[in-house]
Amino acid sequence: VEAVALPRRRRRRLDLLEQRRFLGPALIAPAVIFIVALVGAPLLLAIYLSFTNAHSGSLSGDFVGFANYAQEWRNPVFQDALRNTVLYTVVSQIIVLIGAGLLAHALIKPFRGRWFLRLLVLLPWAAPVALGTIGFLWIFDALFSVVNWTTVHDLMPGGGELYLYKIVNFVFARDFWPGFIQIGAIDPLSPPQWLGQTELAKAAIIGVHSWRILPFATVIFIAGIASIPTEVQDAAKIDGATGLKKFFYVSLPLQLPIATVALLFGIVFTTTDMAVVYILTHGGPFNSTHMLTTWAFDTGINSASLGPGAAISLYLLPVLAAVAILMLRFARRAEVS
Amino acid sequence: VRALRLRGLGPYGIVVPFAIVLAFPFYWMAMTAFKGPTDLFNLENIPYSFADDSPTWGNITFLFTDTLFLTWVKNTVLVGAVVVAITLALALPAGYALARLSGRWGQWLAIGIFLTYLVPPTLLFLPMSRVITELGLDNSKYALMLVYPSFTVPFATWLMMGFFKTIPPELEEAALIDGASRIGALRRVVFPISLPGILTVVIFTFSLCVNEFVYAVTFISSSAERTVSVGVATDLIRGDVYQWGSLMAGTLLPSLLLALLYNTFLNRFIAGFTGGAFR
Repeated sequence: VEAVALPRRRRRRLDLLEQRRFLGPALIAPAVIFIVALVGAPLLLAIYLSFTNAHSGSLSGDFVGFANYAQEWRNPVFQDALRNTVLYTVVSQIIVLIGAGLLAHALIKPFRGRWFLRLLVLLPWAAPVALGTIGFLWIFDALFSVVNWTTVHDLMPGGGELYLYKIVNFVFARDFWPGFIQIGAIDPLSPPQWLGQTELAKAAIIGVHSWRILPFATVIFIAGIASIPTEVQDAAKIDGATGLKKFFYVSLPLQLPIATVALLFGIVFTTTDMAVVYILTHGGPFNSTHMLTTWAFDTGINSASLGPGAAISLYLLPVLAAVAILMLRFARRAEVS
Repeated sequence: VRALRLRGLGPYGIVVPFAIVLAFPFYWMAMTAFKGPTDLFNLENIPYSFADDSPTWGNITFLFTDTLFLTWVKNTVLVGAVVVAITLALALPAGYALARLSGRWGQWLAIGIFLTYLVPPTLLFLPMSRVITELGLDNSKYALMLVYPSFTVPFATWLMMGFFKTIPPELEEAALIDGASRIGALRRVVFPISLPGILTVVIFTFSLCVNEFVYAVTFISSSAERTVSVGVATDLIRGDVYQWGSLMAGTLLPSLLLALLYNTFLNRFIAGFTGGAFR
């Protein structure tokens, strides 16, 4: 037996591919080289461009230091875009977390028709962002908006006088609300211009972002709830924890890590998206609904100012770095437990 | 008693309202796609019904015959197929190596690759557009084939790494003892078992390609080279005269196809996002 085994082992040692030290890097290298070339290099190029006055048509420009960053920082459109990016992200993620929490708890146990309802709930995430947003372009149309039709027409057949706008106004048209809540009130004679009025357009954009991320967060939440071992649930039951107590002391802490994952991804998806605002309002009316991404596109591509455009998009970097650090921390904690 | 009734209503009370709101745009796309021109633009009609015209295929025929929709679909499939091929070629070996062959630095490399997935196209599109022009690839779908793997490879590598970790190493060891080479064990034992994982990567790589908007809208300016997301969003929306019927048909069809694919592969997709820690 030994006589047969020996030559084979020697042959194997000669074969470079058989050696772990060589095989590992050989398998990883192509992917790493590709990523360095197509993510690392452009990222460095973006940083370089942001310090120059490069215009479209040339890859280089004169070095201008932090002038692009400073100039944009003072630009009112940029300031709005920055504020909007934060506003859209924070508000939509709050809506998403609450909605996904409710939905995931409802969808976790089997019931009749769950498969179909889950499919409906998932649709917005599966559909391409740009195409879903075009659907909203029609839903929020200036003249033929179905939202407006539904709110200002009598919904009860035979003149039952069920007007949704009356219910909406009962809540929103109150003098004690601050202005940005009162805009929710609906005048049946001149229905809201969803994409034509700054505040309403912002609300519409937040709505579309929440609509698109909610299904994603829901499936992640479901995975998180499903991962809580039944022993923990049983132990909680034996200890007499029920209802809210169980939720706050058992379910919530155990779900927190996965909720964080959903939130971090949600933040990345929202802050770095361009399609929603580009299609819904294109930053308008009067550049009031831009995000950093669309303003960078307008500056860098439409106005051909590469340097300032790169500087605008690089203002996203701190957010992404923060998310990355949190993810790393989270990953390490997941390894320990 | 009240608590009992609420519990009886249980999941429906929460899921049904959410499902209505979330799925409404697609219902609305379908309604619009089958409406005739007078029905679409008559404010007197109830929009939820067909009043003046009976449901029509006219919008869909228009979409297929009078617009570049089919060209965009073809472009998307072509770009998707090439990107899937490149992604598999790079991510399969890398994912396997990260799962099996490397020690501590391999873990850091895995995290590094995952973090590159967080660097968005919206940060890279400006320098990328310059590079694409320098390469003479502007205004061509080949640019997309080159650039899309920059976000599909990190994601696919991460997904495959998680998948390979679930395959017991004993299987390969058995093959090695039987005299197979490492590459041979990979080809004859590991990859066949991983077919479901590979299929998942194919589906999600493809859907990322269909979804991509920033690069496609930046690099390509002639209609015939566009992918379906950008083609529908830019060419079918002409000034203020929208072809709403065909436009909605054009958004609905790709969305439904992708949704069916997604629903089939949902569980693996979740595992990919949560790093396999929550299965």
